[in-house]
Amino acid sequence: MSQEQIDRAFAKDYAAGFTTDIESDTLPPGLTEDTIRFISAKKNEPEWLLEWRLGAFQVWREMAGPDWAHVDYTEVDFQSISYYSQPKSMEDRPKSLDEVDPELLATYEKLGIPLHEQEALAGVAVDVVFDSVSVATTFRAKLAEAGVLFCSISEAVQQYPDLVRKHLGSVVPRKDNFYAALNSAVFSDGSFVYIPKGVRCPMELSTYFRINEANTGQFERTLIIADEGSHVSYLEGCTAPMRDENQLHAAVVELVALDDAEIKYSTVQNWYPGDAEGKGGIYNFVTKRGLAHTNAKISWTQVETGSAVTWKYPSCILRGDNSVGEFYSVALTNNLQQADTGTKMIHLGKNTRSTIISKGISAGKSSNAYRGLVRVGPTAKGARNYTQCDSLLIGDQCAAHTFPYIESKNPSGIIEHEATTSKVSDDQLYLCQQRGLDPEKAVSMIVNGFCKEVFKELPMEFAVEAGKLLEVSLEGSVG
Amino acid sequence: MLSIRDLHAEVEGKNILKGLNLEIREGEVHAIMGPNGSGKSTLGHVLSGRPGYEITQGSVEFLGKDLLELDTEERAHEGLFLAFQYPVEIPGVSNMEFLKASVDAVRESQGASAYDTVGFMRRAREACTAADLDQAFLKRGVNEGFSGGEKKRNELMQMMLLEPRLCILDETDSGLDIDALQVVASGVNAMRSESRSFLLVTHYQRLLDYIEPDFVHVLADGRIIRSGDKSLALELEAKGYSWLDDGEVA
Ligand SMILES: Nc1ncnc2c1ncn2[C@@H]1O[C@H](COP(=O)(O)OP(=O)(O)O)[C@@H](O)[C@H]1O
Ligand SMILES: [Mg+2]
Repeated sequence: MSQEQIDRAFAKDYAAGFTTDIESDTLPPGLTEDTIRFISAKKNEPEWLLEWRLGAFQVWREMAGPDWAHVDYTEVDFQSISYYSQPKSMEDRPKSLDEVDPELLATYEKLGIPLHEQEALAGVAVDVVFDSVSVATTFRAKLAEAGVLFCSISEAVQQYPDLVRKHLGSVVPRKDNFYAALNSAVFSDGSFVYIPKGVRCPMELSTYFRINEANTGQFERTLIIADEGSHVSYLEGCTAPMRDENQLHAAVVELVALDDAEIKYSTVQNWYPGDAEGKGGIYNFVTKRGLAHTNAKISWTQVETGSAVTWKYPSCILRGDNSVGEFYSVALTNNLQQADTGTKMIHLGKNTRSTIISKGISAGKSSNAYRGLVRVGPTAKGARNYTQCDSLLIGDQCAAHTFPYIESKNPSGIIEHEATTSKVSDDQLYLCQQRGLDPEKAVSMIVNGFCKEVFKELPMEFAVEAGKLLEVSLEGSVG
Repeated sequence: MLSIRDLHAEVEGKNILKGLNLEIREGEVHAIMGPNGSGKSTLGHVLSGRPGYEITQGSVEFLGKDLLELDTEERAHEGLFLAFQYPVEIPGVSNMEFLKASVDAVRESQGASAYDTVGFMRRAREACTAADLDQAFLKRGVNEGFSGGEKKRNELMQMMLLEPRLCILDETDSGLDIDALQVVASGVNAMRSESRSFLLVTHYQRLLDYIEPDFVHVLADGRIIRSGDKSLALELEAKGYSWLDDGEVA
């Protein structure tokens, strides 16, 4: 394929790149203890949480950012970021959707996420986080019937403080890493889910994150607790306007799957990737981890197409015997995007099993790295892992890297690793074109085919959406 | 339908086609034979618009249009089809998905409405049967793990569904056993019509036992050095190409 064709096929139109004209209360840039006290007070938080945040801030100040990832970017100036922004109309928190600023609702309509329940995707409850605050959660009554708690984390702190206090930081401790510590100090909002014992959540749960304000960071915190024998499927989607400056998104997601529980967590990440020259875009530095107790199962599926820099390793701690961890990933980078993403599977319990399927697609001058750790602890008798890591290159100016780490401390473990690298070949494109397909359609079809194993893991409602997202990401602005 | 005049083409600075002339009218079947490396596949690629070939001289008119001005996919939209000598694999993209996308693209370009999914699947199954392929092939990745013969029959299936005006078959018969050869031949014969033409590249007279050509041409060193009727193929079979060498090739 000629460079021109590639450029054409990949000249992205970032459809979510608009800004919303909404009056916001935004904290001036800067980060001190006072910033944290402000956020905590704004949210009317209990004393223990303020202390917890301040403790995290202490730790963070003594840490340095990670330098081992295969990414290269201008350092973040943490004092130039605003750590809190909320739409003005949120001052008196809306009690129902009818009270939500119509401009906000329109924003989500534009993104294809209708929030009015009668129009919403059937069978999907949505929590919406706009800049620093959750603006709406749909279908709450229906979920409440099943005993499912689904609300913003700020609300959970008020209403279910015991659950939050017990689990917050239990999977990702404050001092886990630089960005996790920062998030623990300044997290503004995010989603909270609790599924009671033995309950199969009656609908898909989903959160849409949107960064709107300039110079704000988004530091959301998500906590999902699946009690014994329960089952939940959760999806998050993310977008941001096109801006010339880089914006920081440093989220923490913690999953707790108690005995026999199952959590399926899917992400469709489409933060603004920056322009073709690499100007602007989101720094996506995220810590996601799940803790699986006996017979529990945690499954991560991610489709990552956005962000200027992605640094993200959704992981599973397989603590309980027979617990199962899965990681299915599609990461697409284009232009000057950089992604260093993968997973960690930590086998502690006996007969624990994990599966890793990673599909990296690099186009333009982008760099796409898979980094994965499989650790089998001394107690993990009979642990098994299967890793398949495939890279697809489009054009000859991009790069793909694979960094698999295997640490086995139990000889009974079986670890299998397969890796392939292929190119979208000129001959494949020629075949498609000879059969009447234009190059953009051809590339997107080939890429979708390459990702099939991962897409089939997405909840049905979103598999189509993910396919379309790839298509849009690949679609040219020709004509 | 197709007129090629004094066509010169090179690839990577090497002259391959050196003044080729050929006229194909509607409904005709032409066979091209010739030694290895004489430029037969190159001709197919140049006509269908594979990137990397430079046309240094000559012209090609197809259904009243300047073929060489069209993009690769536009040529397909005009009804030009090439069954590849070496079909490539597209892992993960199912045959059905691929076929539907191509047929949709071609029909859309012609202003025809797209087939509904059910109707299309019925047609695809029929084509599958006609190409003597198991229905399971519709679900498999395009050419993924197909045997040589299966790939060739898959090309035939695509050709049947796309209903082109000009079908170029590049050694579709090579490597086929006699049963598969007959499948290809009856597929082609069923598609013959007054408005559809064929250009068959082959090394073997035996294909022409089943598909009777109107004309046979011999391509050597980038030019057509001899044209005749089907008896030329028999003569070639008996005497080989060297018999033509004396005085014919400049
Ligand atoms: N990409 C290429 N680069 C250099 N030479 C090529 C290329 N493609 C074909 N050729 C050469 O062109 C000549 C004709 O090839 P081809 O058209 O495939 O012959 P045929 O199909 O008649 O056997 C051969 O000598 C071949 O080596
Ligand atoms: Mg050939």
